[in-house]
Amino acid sequence: MDSQIQQSHVHPSDLHQGEAHHLETLALREQFDTEAQQKDASTLGMWVFLITEVMFFGGMFLGYTLYRSNYADTWALASRSLNLPIGATNTCVLLFSSFTMAMAVRAGQLGKKKAVILFLILTMLFGLAFLGIKGYEWTQKFEEHHVPALANFHLEGTQLQGQAKLFFSFYFAMTGLHALHMVVGVGIVLFIIFQTMRNKYSPKYYTPIDIAGLYWHFVDVVWIFLFPLFYLIDRHP
Amino acid sequence: MNEHPHQDPEHAEHIDSVKTYAVILVALLCLTILTAFVATIDLGPLNIIVALSIAVAKMLLVVLVFMHVRFSTRLTRVVLVGGLLWLAILLLFAFTDFNTRGLLGVPGK
Repeated sequence: MDSQIQQSHVHPSDLHQGEAHHLETLALREQFDTEAQQKDASTLGMWVFLITEVMFFGGMFLGYTLYRSNYADTWALASRSLNLPIGATNTCVLLFSSFTMAMAVRAGQLGKKKAVILFLILTMLFGLAFLGIKGYEWTQKFEEHHVPALANFHLEGTQLQGQAKLFFSFYFAMTGLHALHMVVGVGIVLFIIFQTMRNKYSPKYYTPIDIAGLYWHFVDVVWIFLFPLFYLIDRHP
Repeated sequence: MNEHPHQDPEHAEHIDSVKTYAVILVALLCLTILTAFVATIDLGPLNIIVALSIAVAKMLLVVLVFMHVRFSTRLTRVVLVGGLLWLAILLLFAFTDFNTRGLLGVPGK
């Protein structure tokens, strides 16, 4: 059995209680009563982590919204300078990656190793495509002089360059941190691919695939809110 | 591990069909196109409401179906809703603060 840990940790006193010999496996560590309990504990733990991520991004969404209402005109102007077709395309790319990730988890539930690897590779490619498109978009910002840290910063059509700079600071911080999460996600998916190749997972134990899926979908959800807030609101002059 | 069967029906394994995931993907893509299209039409203050409503709808599709929250345990759901409640507190109190500053005309403010 692949998922069996080599050394079982059976306390000697257990053997005297007439219980069945209890080998510890990846799917059932000794501190849990059932495999379902262990799976639920892992899922809950991941959700608690994701909630901390919600609060982390939530603070930035709060700051963004407050400044957006304070500097409404300049920020609407800055928002219209973003490339809507590229933003919408990237949203679709990310949604496709979430679909392939869901399919990878499903294949894990069914124990289809080749399908798991195929869908995880597709997920990774969609993720890398997203990052590539994002990189192209950032390059455009350099060419348009919309990078707040540079001396040549200039947003056309307004005297209030300070407010415009603040918009692009939020833009780079929030899309940058999102992209960083994507990079981490690609690393996690890569790790899961290798582990799948090494036969670590089975229909009894596919928790890491599932948990990686939760992370990936969460990063998708963050973008689902970044997209309308940066690209869509006040698009129409 | 046959001595530990899944006794609780709540823990019975749910495997969604490929069709379910495909339908959700198509719905998500359609909502994305819809929200990008609506953004180019001037609806006044409704633009923000439509954009965020569509975003919430997309989030619900991803969370409930892709992230299997439909089938998760009650404890997980309570933690999730509780976490979102804290986010709501953060947003609500901060907006209340910023939007009511200067209302009373306190000297020095």
